[in-house]
Amino acid sequence: MERFQVRGVSNRRAAGACKLIIVGVNASGNLEVMIERVLPDNECVVEVTTQVTGFRSVWQAVIEEFFERSNPGGLRFSINDGGARPDTVTLRLMQGMQLIEATS
Amino acid sequence: MSTVFQPHEADWYEATARERITGLLDPGTFLEFVGPEQRAMSPHLEQFNLTGAFDDGLIVGGGRLNGDAVFIAAQEGRFLGGAFGEVHGAKLVGLLRAARDGADKGGPKCVLLLLDTGGVRLQEANAGELAISETIQAILEARLVGVSVIALIGGRSGAFGGGGIITACCSRIVVSQHGRVSVSGPEVIETNKGVEEFDSKDRALVWRITGGRTRALTGAADRYVKERIEDFRAAAIALAARVPAFTIETLAAEQHRLAQRVQQYGDCRDSPEMWRKAGLAEPERIAELSDDAFLAIPQLKDAHHDAR
Amino acid sequence: MTLDEVLASLFPGGHTLERGEFGIVHGVGGAEGGPIALMGVVDRTPLSVDGALRLASHVLAVIDKGGNTPILMLVDTASQSMTRRDELLGLNEYLAHLAKSLALAAALGHRTVGLVYGHAAAGAFIATAMSMQVLAALPGAEPSVMDLPSISRVTKLPPEQLAKLAKSTPIFAPGLGPMFAVGAIAEIWNVEKPLSGQLAMLLQQSATGRDRRDQVGLTREGRLQAARISQRVIDEATHV
Repeated sequence: MERFQVRGVSNRRAAGACKLIIVGVNASGNLEVMIERVLPDNECVVEVTTQVTGFRSVWQAVIEEFFERSNPGGLRFSINDGGARPDTVTLRLMQGMQLIEATS
Repeated sequence: MSTVFQPHEADWYEATARERITGLLDPGTFLEFVGPEQRAMSPHLEQFNLTGAFDDGLIVGGGRLNGDAVFIAAQEGRFLGGAFGEVHGAKLVGLLRAARDGADKGGPKCVLLLLDTGGVRLQEANAGELAISETIQAILEARLVGVSVIALIGGRSGAFGGGGIITACCSRIVVSQHGRVSVSGPEVIETNKGVEEFDSKDRALVWRITGGRTRALTGAADRYVKERIEDFRAAAIALAARVPAFTIETLAAEQHRLAQRVQQYGDCRDSPEMWRKAGLAEPERIAELSDDAFLAIPQLKDAHHDAR
Repeated sequence: MTLDEVLASLFPGGHTLERGEFGIVHGVGGAEGGPIALMGVVDRTPLSVDGALRLASHVLAVIDKGGNTPILMLVDTASQSMTRRDELLGLNEYLAHLAKSLALAAALGHRTVGLVYGHAAAGAFIATAMSMQVLAALPGAEPSVMDLPSISRVTKLPPEQLAKLAKSTPIFAPGLGPMFAVGAIAEIWNVEKPLSGQLAMLLQQSATGRDRRDQVGLTREGRLQAARISQRVIDEATHV
């Protein structure tokens, strides 16, 4: 089992006022993502707990690309991973982003 | 603070536990207790190299159902098979005790249990078994003070093992075709008694023995519903209005009802035999009927009772 | 101890016991405080729809008589009966019916005590032993959820590793020690002393009417989370 963080900076605060979102389920090939609006406006972090070891660099790349695309300033993402593929990870992060920016 | 989520999914089977809650309750009324941001997670999974869930796979809270205050608990059947672990079970027990204690103080008088469980989480076997027993006690204590407890079953894990026993302690039971209710799982029966006794890979057999339609036709469930969340919602609203009281009269009637079932069907090997004995028009085709055709079977209404 | 030895030690003043079908027994034990209704599942018989129904009928008979006769449930079962027939007939309802009958008896003033002296597992354990207000066990009893080889198969951990893990936590392993630590079992009795005295002391303890096994598990440090988590839910639910 591996636990690690990927930190980033953002050029803006994520839109909307919603403070808490949860998407996905920790099941085989899937992942659970919780998003909390708790950080300063230009900071973001993804904390990963995963059963599948040895893929940290892949996670790093996926997450950094997500940060660049979405600028999720102020958001803390927490992940319980059940062995999801990188594209599923990106999908969940984007889904979560959409919800936390759109929901009031 | 409420956890906000989008009710994308209309189908109960496909929905997550959170999506079922959103679709079941009146919009915007759900308030979660000990939510995922509190990270009340299982301390027992890491030693098995398993990652957890922020809510340990069991969501509890309060809300409104057709304007009436209710408590609600939903198991996430896709997380470790919805199985009972220490924290998961303790949340459910706490909710039921809150219902018991609050009933005469203006609290909700109805608890909705969205069961989706394979039973005990073996990595936490003793805690899971205790949680199931404590859940049973808490349901019955709540029923004794007039709280209704309604089980809703239609997910991929069904209500197996201790989950099956919990189901039958509830005031009312709602099932869909997908739903299954049982104690021993098919694989366990096959391992113990052989494939002749139960071929666990025969899905049609599994559903003929443990599926929602069999349970509804034998009175082991109180309402059969179609697959959408709104169908479960309508049934919950209808049933919550009037439930059997937990009294000696009810249990005496249940003793009689269960004895009758053994007498009538005790020699049957499979459900079509039961349907033939019950005089159904197409005993071999029950699984293939559309939901509308199944709901039109006269014996389905005959199976309704208050002996639970 | 055999069942007869157990009963002789429990009731030096005498007892009756009828052995029925499906492994179900019932009778009456003579004790100083008054007669005690006896019933149980014995001879390591798996609990079936028929057995559960029969046992429930004995519970309901005690309730029907009125009064507040205590009920002693003797337990030496296996797991629930694992057959196609039992599941087709809806075993879950029969086990639940038994659990409900026992809960109602307690609510109506009958003190309910379980004594597991042999085996008990899974659904049979839940519907009998664990449905009593208080559960005692004899040394050598073997309560469990599931045996270690089966747990090993499902969790995909080798049995040796499981056995090693079991040394550091009582949360999953079968047996009396773990079940005591997590709060399922209130007392393990001393077979060097008369069981009648130990039963009498247990019966004298006032019944709170509330299930406190999670508190017991916390005190014994076998189940550290459950009581606290339940209370947190209650606190939040009350402050809505």
